[in-house]
Amino acid sequence: MNTRRTGGPAALRWSRAKWRNALLQVLILAAAIAGALWLARNTAANLDERGIAVGWGFLSRPGYFPISQSVLPYSASDTIGWAFAVGLANTLLMSVLIVVLSTVLGFALALARRSSKVLVAGLAAAVVDVLRNTPVIVQLLFWYSLVTLGLPDIHRALHPIAGVFLSNRGVYLPALKIDGPAVPVRLVWLGLAAGALLAGSASILRPGRRRILLYAAALAWAIAALIWATVGLSVGLRPPRLEHVNFIGGLQLSPEFAAMALGLVLYSSVYVGEIIRGGIEAVPKGQWEAGLSLGLTRSQTLRLLILPQAFRTIIPPLTSQYINVVKNTTLALVVGYPDISFVAASAISETGQAVECVVILMAVFLLISLLAAAGMNTLNRKFALPSR
Amino acid sequence: MNSPPLAEAFVLAHPAPARAAPAARRTPVWRTLFGDAVSSGITLAALAGLLELGPKLVSWGLVRAAWSGPGTACGGQGACWAFLRSKAPFILFGIYPPEQRWRPAAMVAMFVLLALWTLPPSRWTRLTLWLWAGAVAVAVLLMSGGVLGLTPVPTSAWGGLPVTVLLTVLSLAIGFPLGVALALGRRSELPGLRWMSIAVIELVRGLPLVTILFIAAILLPLMLPDGVKLDNLARALAALTVFSAAYLAEVLRGGLQGVGAGQAEAGRALGLSWWATTRLIVLPQAVGNVIPALTNTVVVIVKNTSLVLLVGLFDLLSAGRAALTDPKWPGPYMETYGFVALIYFVICFSISRYALWLERRPAFGASS
Repeated sequence: MNTRRTGGPAALRWSRAKWRNALLQVLILAAAIAGALWLARNTAANLDERGIAVGWGFLSRPGYFPISQSVLPYSASDTIGWAFAVGLANTLLMSVLIVVLSTVLGFALALARRSSKVLVAGLAAAVVDVLRNTPVIVQLLFWYSLVTLGLPDIHRALHPIAGVFLSNRGVYLPALKIDGPAVPVRLVWLGLAAGALLAGSASILRPGRRRILLYAAALAWAIAALIWATVGLSVGLRPPRLEHVNFIGGLQLSPEFAAMALGLVLYSSVYVGEIIRGGIEAVPKGQWEAGLSLGLTRSQTLRLLILPQAFRTIIPPLTSQYINVVKNTTLALVVGYPDISFVAASAISETGQAVECVVILMAVFLLISLLAAAGMNTLNRKFALPSR
Repeated sequence: MNSPPLAEAFVLAHPAPARAAPAARRTPVWRTLFGDAVSSGITLAALAGLLELGPKLVSWGLVRAAWSGPGTACGGQGACWAFLRSKAPFILFGIYPPEQRWRPAAMVAMFVLLALWTLPPSRWTRLTLWLWAGAVAVAVLLMSGGVLGLTPVPTSAWGGLPVTVLLTVLSLAIGFPLGVALALGRRSELPGLRWMSIAVIELVRGLPLVTILFIAAILLPLMLPDGVKLDNLARALAALTVFSAAYLAEVLRGGLQGVGAGQAEAGRALGLSWWATTRLIVLPQAVGNVIPALTNTVVVIVKNTSLVLLVGLFDLLSAGRAALTDPKWPGPYMETYGFVALIYFVICFSISRYALWLERRPAFGASS
């Protein structure tokens, strides 16, 4: 139908409102742009006055600040740009560790809170209340002081199970090590990791698509096994051992790392647990009854019927919780674990390039948030109710 | 045919007598603890843990603890409660001039009383709103002084619990109107306004608070023209306010989505302007819808104020850390952090229980 507007009071009013709205928006945008320009001009003037040249050149200069521990190799004479990469790797390592561990622990906590055993449910509820109602930064400081002051010194390190030592200088665990020439060992690790990644992502897909990924995972593992057999590698657990004043070998975690991991895992597992519990409780009770009346056990019903449906409610809040984990790793500053914000703070105090360093930090975290949101949308589509 | 018609035979002539409520099935305590193998195992494990840790804790916290005396009394195997006894005023009030400590104390007491006054929903009136606005003004005057014969105290000397309380209240008081504006902007029909609101909200929510505090502490002084100086407290407050506003906006957006489109249309049909419709019809219902969620956001904001430690502000947590640097004491870290955590816990736990109570009580007012 053709709706031609004819002139008249109503149309006049409509167009007046339209004009007013357009004018309003132009004014608001102009004000925002003017404000941003004003701030930028002030910043430029202030930087000029302090003799700080704006630009990214500082990234290729050496920073001369120490990074006490890192996954990537680093020395104080490396460039600041590389220091940022090292800090980012530390942030990501800590985030992945916390996401994995807090999901496992959070799931256990959710089941414990739903338990019919009064003692278990009560204890879990108390833990949730205490951890949720105190600031995470206080918790981190508490765990850090517990690790550095509460644990005995290195000669009297606690030794709860074989190969594990707890002391005020850090936590020592046995390391899983593959022996042999460097290149094949790396290839084997790569194959094992790729296989695990593929198999892991297969478990969240529908059966039809799952098969391809599972074949790929099997292929990766087969290649790893082939290299293993042809080169003749061997694997062993290397427990740390005390020699004079220090532990040698094994996996050594600094007190900062241990306190960060412990504190953040506990803190976020409480939130993950409550999200999972909420998701499970959002599934109608009839689903439980249907499963049980079909002769499934409670754990089978949970695994086959309840959890797949609960995932729909769980995924969005869980994703934002995971983003929170990445954001919370910036609290590493307070215990001295060198994450990316530590590197940024060091670089700022070393070079004075505050604007650029803050821009890098912002870009990194916004990128991580965007990627996580995109990942969540994909998952959401996978788990959405098939509509007919 | 004197038997009643078939249909009538099925109709009750008298109401059935009310039956007693079924007896609540209660599991005896021994059965919940030792009913089956799993329960017994868990109970025994818990007991074993208690027997293992309990004596150590009692020995550390009670038997071997130093309850009073100077720093030399501590340093043994026990807790150092004497430290907290001697340092509690410092942890609570920081370096605020000791003879003036009644001022921050009065301020905290005022806010506690006002919060208690506001608890019942029947008191959520315009009067209460004015009371809060007045209290914020009185609090700032009371802390800074310079009027009514009060000695001026610079913000750099403010510290401890009052700073935590003040940061919470101020960031909420300024952040809430901003949050309302952002939430309305995000739902606006004007694309320019909408996209700008979305950009601000998502930018702030995508960044860690630590980064926002960095921006406020390091970049804000650079962005302001020469001569304009913001002190440390104002900069941290700006960061917390922007952060609170973005999170409150998202909660409020949920509330706005819960108000049916018919409500705004009804307002327009009555001849009310957009602003009057929003203020009188839409917003009250939207806020009413999300009061429990808003209360939980308050808990998050209280906890977040502890991060100002990272930009050198003297809140409750920083005051605790500063107290620990006294060389006359052996530095009882765990006791101090435990004390600080306890204060935060009392505040946050009360607020979250209040939110729970609000959530569970029957729906109120225009919502539902």
